[in-house]
Amino acid sequence: MANADSNHASIGAVVAGFGLSLVLTALSFGAVMSGLVPRDQQLATIVVLAVLQLLAQLVFFLHLGTAPEQRNTTVIFILTTLLIATVVSGSLWVMHNANANMTPMQMSVEMAKSRE
Amino acid sequence: MNMSIQMQDLGGDHLPPVDHAEQHEHDAGKRTVLGFWIYLMSDCLIFASLFATFAVLAGNTAGGRTGKELFDLPYVAGETLLLLLSSFTFGIAHIAMQRQQRGSTVGWLMATFVIGLGFIAMEVHEFAGLIAEGAGPSRSAFLSAYFTLVGTHGLHVTAGLIWLAVMIHQTLRFGLDGMVLRRLACLSLFWHFLDLVWICVFTFVYLREAI
Repeated sequence: MANADSNHASIGAVVAGFGLSLVLTALSFGAVMSGLVPRDQQLATIVVLAVLQLLAQLVFFLHLGTAPEQRNTTVIFILTTLLIATVVSGSLWVMHNANANMTPMQMSVEMAKSRE
Repeated sequence: MNMSIQMQDLGGDHLPPVDHAEQHEHDAGKRTVLGFWIYLMSDCLIFASLFATFAVLAGNTAGGRTGKELFDLPYVAGETLLLLLSSFTFGIAHIAMQRQQRGSTVGWLMATFVIGLGFIAMEVHEFAGLIAEGAGPSRSAFLSAYFTLVGTHGLHVTAGLIWLAVMIHQTLRFGLDGMVLRRLACLSLFWHFLDLVWICVFTFVYLREAI
């Protein structure tokens, strides 16, 4: 019975998820708006905070976990995450290379050739 | 003897094998929720490609204004707070529904609806403001990608609001029976999922542009 109920929400989980999300959101906006975090570290900071908040909501709101009842959804989610990582990082990588290797508009063919 | 067994079989829908029937319905419910989860994951892929598109096109402003000049971060923080609050009220509704408290479930679902509507109103106001300033979706590739990504999320929330209204009606009409509970469980996943997507929107669209 305890196992069957592990999928069920409790007030504590909802309050914990909400509280954590509020704090992490405030930290994200604070990191960019307050200027307390050096500019070159802001992106890394908000990415880490976003990942933490995604994990908090997945566990407390969407009830992902390793209990037998939750395993199916968790495995499907992890595989989807892999697909998303491939699509997003692949697109950025390919488009970055396409941009970097494009002949500049202002450059003539001869100039581009002489660069090689 | 034979007769009595037959009678029992006829009444079987309601009485003796009630455990079986309940077990069956429970399994069907779990399958439905798992199927809905697979749909949500495919929705995830739609958003992933929209995020990738935005990331690639974010710098292509065609000489127009950048996100840093256009976006109003305190306003976005307000939108975020509303969506987060609606996730919280839905969480409470979810608990009330598991405890078979019909009135409380409807109350919290209505609170979720009102807060969700507030979010959509803020977003429509934000979009209208941008378009009025000449920063509409046709201004640059950056703005096309921005309106497509954030607009798709907004459309999902709007669909969620319509579904919420339907479920409030069904809860009042049918009570918290197996069917309504199953549908509410799917809607709960949908609503929380939209909050997850919004975390990525405010991080990778609004905050990243502002850096």
